[in-house]
Amino acid sequence: MAFIKSIKKIFNKYHGFNFNAGLVITGLIFIIALVGCFYTPYEPTAMNVSIRNTAPSLAHIFGCDDSGRDVFSRVMEGIRNTFFISTMTVLIGSGFGIILGAAAGYYGGKFDEILMRINDALFAFPSVLLALVIVSLLGPGFLNVTVALGIAFIPSFARIVRSGFKSQVNMDYVQSARLMGAGDLRIIFVHILPNILPVLMSSVMIGFNNAVLAEAGLSYLGIGVQPPRASLGLMLKDGQALLATAPWNALFPGMVIVLMVLGFALLSEGISEAS
Amino acid sequence: MKKGRLILTVLLMTMAAALSGCTGGKTADTPDTRITIGIPQDLDDGLDPHKVSAAGTKEILFNIYEGLVKYDETGALIPAVASDYKVSEDGLTYTFTLRDGVKFHDGSNVTAEDVIYSIERCSKAEGGQDPLVPPFTNISEVNKVDDKTIEIKLVAADPDFLAYMTVAIIQASNDDPETKVIGTGPYKFVSHTPMESVELEAFNDYWGEKAHIGKVTLKIVSDPAAIVMDLKGGSLDMFCRLTDSQVSELKGSNFNIEVGTMNLAQALYLNNSVEPFNDVRVRQAICYAIDPQEIMDFVSGGEGTEIGSAAFPSFSKYYDPALNDNYNRDVEKAKELLKEAGYENGFSFSITVPSAYTPHVKTAEVISEELKEVGITADLKLVEWDSWLSDTYTNHNYEATVIGIDLNPVTARNLLQRYTSDGHGNFMEFSSEKYDEVFAKAVASTDDAEQTALYKECLQILSDEAASAYIQDLPSFVALNNKISGYKFYPIYAQDFASLYYIDEAND
Repeated sequence: MAFIKSIKKIFNKYHGFNFNAGLVITGLIFIIALVGCFYTPYEPTAMNVSIRNTAPSLAHIFGCDDSGRDVFSRVMEGIRNTFFISTMTVLIGSGFGIILGAAAGYYGGKFDEILMRINDALFAFPSVLLALVIVSLLGPGFLNVTVALGIAFIPSFARIVRSGFKSQVNMDYVQSARLMGAGDLRIIFVHILPNILPVLMSSVMIGFNNAVLAEAGLSYLGIGVQPPRASLGLMLKDGQALLATAPWNALFPGMVIVLMVLGFALLSEGISEAS
Repeated sequence: MKKGRLILTVLLMTMAAALSGCTGGKTADTPDTRITIGIPQDLDDGLDPHKVSAAGTKEILFNIYEGLVKYDETGALIPAVASDYKVSEDGLTYTFTLRDGVKFHDGSNVTAEDVIYSIERCSKAEGGQDPLVPPFTNISEVNKVDDKTIEIKLVAADPDFLAYMTVAIIQASNDDPETKVIGTGPYKFVSHTPMESVELEAFNDYWGEKAHIGKVTLKIVSDPAAIVMDLKGGSLDMFCRLTDSQVSELKGSNFNIEVGTMNLAQALYLNNSVEPFNDVRVRQAICYAIDPQEIMDFVSGGEGTEIGSAAFPSFSKYYDPALNDNYNRDVEKAKELLKEAGYENGFSFSITVPSAYTPHVKTAEVISEELKEVGITADLKLVEWDSWLSDTYTNHNYEATVIGIDLNPVTARNLLQRYTSDGHGNFMEFSSEKYDEVFAKAVASTDDAEQTALYKECLQILSDEAASAYIQDLPSFVALNNKISGYKFYPIYAQDFASLYYIDEAND
């Protein structure tokens, strides 16, 4: 009951157009990803010579690619992979980011200085570039990209959480909690964290956004998800070479990337509007 | 108004430039003509003509360096730096007469010393290793008879010996061929910008028919998706070895497509020293699981020629179509063999593929799909060309790879040497006592018929023991700007830039 109540509370709080539109788009894509885990109309890697590069039809609504694979099934698998990678990326990034940022913001002092200077150094690189460095160390592949992007996203989360904590740490409610004998961990996670949640939520959505683009970018460069597995970025890259004869190869994965990014952007916008 | 005038000015200037271009003279005297040719890989294995191993590098050096003899487009050996040669009746002495007026790119004349230096450099065995050209162990002495005549004496007669005389002639004073790229070919090396381009320039003092196009830029296009766009956008005039989809993408544009063969043995090369490929049954199972015809259908619209062993069709003396049927697709048989080998539930491995070679990447994708049916999971690992060369080819740090192996000089020994247990370039770590024995016998044999039979037996062993899963000799689709003509296919992996010319100018 309490859970439903809290969800209701969120919905009551965020009901702007942006939030709703974002929710619908993201929800739809999420459902496709979920369905894609159990069912795709065709096996995403099944090849068929006779239908190479055939145009969209009722049997293959997004058409077929250069190896006669169903583009719709591959887009479904691509969404699933992209969703998985970006979720893990944001989880790793925000998880470590919260711990580091909270510790730095709460304790301050030399510890804060050292941590944040390291953070700044990492932050100086664009996150995709940082991910590129890590991937080139680990080698390409599904899990390696997830780890690489996760690490690359830590600095931005750490910075946001830290500044949130910095602004809260001297507030009266924190002081009173401390006077009442609450431990550091309790103050950090039970008292302060919920208060910076709106800011955090908004940046989580933006993080999703960036993660989707970064994953697509890395796969586009050929160092993310490896063929024959499908990934939106990889499909875009392969489709790009066939733009004149079989545009559906690039068109649909591209559209889905746009929609995903748009959905998360609207959600983020809606959340920050409301708070 | 102002805008209109600007456009008019630009238009006039363009026309002026175009018109002045038209007044260019005859083909050979147009040093300012330029062709930009796309290549998929950088020259990561260096520029030393005696040491490079990558076919993609060799085909460029083909235009810069020449041997005493060289291949023409029929595959015959024609005199190059030498104008004539004589073979003694016992086949043990080769006498070469140097051509008059052959010059190195720096203007100096080719002397007998240069030739002797080049041959000796390749026959020197350092530290117990094979010499740079392993068959040169057969040379007993290289003598200078006079300034224009060189005599090479062999230990044993070898009907293939002349083919090794295609070895590049470099200057005796050249202490670092890696950086001093000076040969005698129709094009001279100008510069190499890593990961970007290689510049060549026509050599005006070339002894034979001079190159028609003054400047050649080889642009490295490591992103296959960019090839068609670069061609259509006009930044490339030529690209070799396209896939059939790339060709159909170019339809209606100003490109002519020429079709030939690549002259490669494309295979799923297996690292015979890692599990589970150290078991011959597993390797055979993979051969049974793969269908070369299906691969050709996907990669090149059905074009290509199946191979059953290491020899490809243009090497007609040794190519045996019968070997193609050694492993016809048979899923049940493959499963049975896997079961025998103890891999009833299959296994997984990764196929390392250089990402710039679209035909190889697509082949690997089809293979991965075919192997699924026998319960084997094959993941692809796309790598850059330089890491393929170092990790896969040199350090043998891989499980399986899809690549094509070229052959130059075209001799059976050169083809088969790499499969001997300690052979140079044996990156599949194939090791078979029987093979080594037959190969040694073949090398030692002086009778042509017997030798041929023995080499054929070697090819049979490679197939029987499934040294690797041989697939095909790929078709080569070459896109060439329709202003340019003269592309020649060779029966070796080579590209002859010197024969290309601009059509307009040739008609002047």
